[in-house]
Amino acid sequence: MNIAVCIKQVPDTETKVRVSGDKKWIEEGEINFILNPYDELAVEEGLKIAEAHSGEVTVLSLGPDRITSAIRSALAMGANKAIHIKTDKNPLDPMATAEALAQVLREGNYDLILLGKQAIDDDHQQIGPILSEKLGIPAANVVTKLEVSADKITAERQIEGGFEKIECALPAIVTTQRGLNEPRYASLKGIMAAKKIQIEEKIVTVPDDKIEILEINYPPEKPPGKIVGEGADAVPELIRLLKEEAKVIS
Amino acid sequence: MDFELTTEQKLLKNTVRDFAEKEIAPVIEELDREEMFSTDLTAKMGELGLMGITISPDYGGMGMDYLSYCIAVEELSRIDASQAATVAAHNSLGISPIENCGNTIQKQKYLPDLCTGKKLWGFGLTEPNAGSDAGGTQTTAKQDKGQWVINGSKIFITNASTEITWGSTIQAISGTNSDGRKEYSCILVENDTPGFEAKQMKNKMVWRSSNTSELYFDDVRVPEENLLGNRGEGFHQMLNTLDCGRLSIAAMGLGGAQGAFEKALKYAQERSQFGKPIVKFQVNAFKFADMATEIEAARALLYRACWLKDSGKPFSKESAMAKLYCSETMGRIVNQAVQIFGGYGLMEEYGIARFYRDQKLLDIGEGTSEIQRLVISRMIGC
Ligand SMILES: Cc1cc2nc3c(=O)[nH]c(=O)nc-3n(C[C@H](O)[C@H](O)[C@H](O)COP(=O)(O)OP(=O)(O)OC[C@H]3O[C@@H](n4cnc5c(N)ncnc54)[C@H](O)[C@@H]3O)c2cc1C
Repeated sequence: MNIAVCIKQVPDTETKVRVSGDKKWIEEGEINFILNPYDELAVEEGLKIAEAHSGEVTVLSLGPDRITSAIRSALAMGANKAIHIKTDKNPLDPMATAEALAQVLREGNYDLILLGKQAIDDDHQQIGPILSEKLGIPAANVVTKLEVSADKITAERQIEGGFEKIECALPAIVTTQRGLNEPRYASLKGIMAAKKIQIEEKIVTVPDDKIEILEINYPPEKPPGKIVGEGADAVPELIRLLKEEAKVIS
Repeated sequence: MDFELTTEQKLLKNTVRDFAEKEIAPVIEELDREEMFSTDLTAKMGELGLMGITISPDYGGMGMDYLSYCIAVEELSRIDASQAATVAAHNSLGISPIENCGNTIQKQKYLPDLCTGKKLWGFGLTEPNAGSDAGGTQTTAKQDKGQWVINGSKIFITNASTEITWGSTIQAISGTNSDGRKEYSCILVENDTPGFEAKQMKNKMVWRSSNTSELYFDDVRVPEENLLGNRGEGFHQMLNTLDCGRLSIAAMGLGGAQGAFEKALKYAQERSQFGKPIVKFQVNAFKFADMATEIEAARALLYRACWLKDSGKPFSKESAMAKLYCSETMGRIVNQAVQIFGGYGLMEEYGIARFYRDQKLLDIGEGTSEIQRLVISRMIGC
């Protein structure tokens, strides 16, 4: 089975993000970049499927030079091959990213394409569905359980208040959600083995962004908490405030 | 000058950090309270590749450089000193003398299982009457019928009496030199040898989930070929081992300082008194500024010492400096960190008290701070 996993490098979740001077992006200088946690699930799932079906896992990522560390961390987990789709600009429009990925994915003849359900930096959640459209193959989104046979997949998806079970033929796209698996750690042995793998570099034409970021702003500061009173006497007033002021209960 | 870590070092840092946060942090409070060594965590650390970091892949090691090793120890110590101690003692004191001084047969026999963490190995230098003064060793090894016969005792030996300990390297007096001075040799002793006893030492203030042991030798007989390197090289082997070991102790100081700093900063941002977060009082903010600065200085000193070693340059002075400075930096930082926590800092539940306790070992183990100052002062011409 020929498996592709599309991955993205994102700022570490613990990073204290600072908005850049022009308010169009964030300061990248001091950021520790990591492999997008949802993509780790996708890599893990790819590796498990490859182990069970004697397959091969290729990771693909679009971005500037700095993303090689994310590619290397997927290789260190055990992926077999990697393609770095090089670009100097950081495409902010998922449409542009998906177009660039699609050009490379078409050449690879993959049976299964895995991606995290979203990247934790811009949270668009669009790449999977757009790829599905561009490649003309089915997509199962936000998957928490996956079974793969030679020619089809059965996937369980989270939906409001429950689960949906779907089936589709391969080739297919799956976007991964927490609960699907527990990603393995990149072992030291894996890190050293990954060093020897040559990352294939590709240059494709990345279309211009069709969306423009006008402004990035911090969330408003949380107003200070309010102490209503103490003990049982304070409960009625608390309930009144939760109903009328905070409007969180009715 | 290039201060950028390599891709592999960055990956290693992320993976060990992730591992320590997910696997060690949730269980450490209990292990520490119950004074329990964890074979489970040791096995997991072995699986990750932490038990033979700098050893050649020919013997099952990871073939990484010393800086990588110290980054791994730093990241473990950011969460817990005991697991870092298990890793650091095993790598620096347990296996590296075997790799550096052992013959091919010894390396092939011992290193593969030691590098996976399936088994542990100790390094027995300290004795009740030979601490800072390692020349005061009283344990003896005499040759008899193709065997070494060992008598004496060792104290405070890390990793030497766990369920998975295979043995220890023992420094002993093996004779007298022609000039009348004592001759020291290092000998490999397996734990199941008759006459040998390894006893766990309990009620420690520090490193409570790391194993510390007393070793007793009563006519312990091991084959002559268990000699490590050449006869009479024991003292030098020990000094070389300690030069490297100091780097990993420095890494423990650095990581511990970082961990305590982060805990205290988070607490100070959340804890309010007099209507504002206590971090907003300038006296506290300036404490954090000082702590952050000292941590950066400690890191620069240690990483450069590692770089010297990795580049094959002399590094003894810098490793002693790094050990001294990183240990004492952590001392100042845990002191301030507990202060920031106020009364809660004194309660084990908050986790910062453990950092405060664990730090003290660093001023004492692998050469006390006084001994580091002695080493440094001699090297700068005092
Ligand atoms: C948890 C733990 C783990 C350890 N693991 C190991 C291990 O794996 N293997 C091993 O061999 N050892 C190990 N040790 C032993 C450790 O290295 C010794 O405790 C240390 O070297 C100090 O020796 P000592 O305790 O006998 O103190 P002493 O040497 O008695 O020192 C007492 C005090 O006197 C000072 N002092 C001594 N000489 C001088 C001098 N010349 N000038 C000024 N001051 C001086 C010291 O600095 C210290 O403050 C471990 C210790 C502990 C606590």
